[in-house]
Amino acid sequence: MALDPNTETEIRRRQKSRAIVTALLLGAFVVLVYAISIAKMVK
Amino acid sequence: MASAPIASNLPAEWRDFWALTKPRVMTLVVFTGLCGLLIAPGHIHPVLGFTAILCIALGAGAAAALNQWYEADLDSKMKRTANRPLPAGRMDRQSALHFGVGLSALSVILMGFAVNLLAAAILTVSILFYVLIYTVWLKRRTPQNIVIGGAAGAFPALIGWAAVTGRIDVLPVLLFLMVFLWTPPHFWALSLFVNSDYAAAGVPMMSVVAGTKATRLQAFLYSWPMAAVAIAPWPLGLTGPIYGVSAIVLNVTFLALAARVGFSRESDPALMKAERRLFGYSILYLFATFGVLVVDKLWFA
Repeated sequence: MALDPNTETEIRRRQKSRAIVTALLLGAFVVLVYAISIAKMVK
Repeated sequence: MASAPIASNLPAEWRDFWALTKPRVMTLVVFTGLCGLLIAPGHIHPVLGFTAILCIALGAGAAAALNQWYEADLDSKMKRTANRPLPAGRMDRQSALHFGVGLSALSVILMGFAVNLLAAAILTVSILFYVLIYTVWLKRRTPQNIVIGGAAGAFPALIGWAAVTGRIDVLPVLLFLMVFLWTPPHFWALSLFVNSDYAAAGVPMMSVVAGTKATRLQAFLYSWPMAAVAIAPWPLGLTGPIYGVSAIVLNVTFLALAARVGFSRESDPALMKAERRLFGYSILYLFATFGVLVVDKLWFA
């Protein structure tokens, strides 16, 4: 069953905003794990 | 668990996942956890301290998400909670479950990896306590739900302390007990003026099951041991006079407001000023007590 164009646009918009937030959080997580590793080595 | 509202076919917005973590409740949890960390003797690397607080926040958010996953049917019956992502149909329940479980695992593993195993263990217990003991077991079964469930919100200060010291001492246990004993008067004050909401949802809150008179009295009575535990660190020599004097003022005010609630006969929720005042003050009280404790510790350090 085909979605109407408005619904499809809305789905894509939501998927895109979720993907951006997920990417930012993953990036922050990588930085955090790096910082934790450095802190543990210093300790 | 009864049937939950049907979600729309659209994927949930990221903001709905954020809302699922109950950010406002998280503020209090993060604050008490941070205070537990700041007052603990010893030193923790700032990055590891930040990670400990982040894990407490993630764990609290995860527990809130799992709570809403399980209670979507209840939330849809109460005005106060009907607009949450699940009852409003903005998210499907499976997404909430996956989010909650994933976030729980992440918070505990990260705490164990970055901080220490004791802090990770207490964090695990606090999440499981909130989800299994409070949400699944107690909330729909007994008017004592808030009394026992209050322990879940009392863990963060203990976790913060354990993150620095790797052990549990008398002071964080007293803080745990204070939050534990603070929870009944705080929530019962709320339940008095949103009584119809809880009754409509069939939640056996004290005010629904035992009536407002018994609830008022119990809220007042619980305030006494709470005040005793809150003031105790000073005579026990665990804090200085800044905390001691402030704790006395804060607790005397709490008792005065709780007495007004205890002896009030108001039955119209719209006119329950004393109950609203106690509820609002109880939040300020917790922030102030922990804040003053940190000031006292830093001052006399």
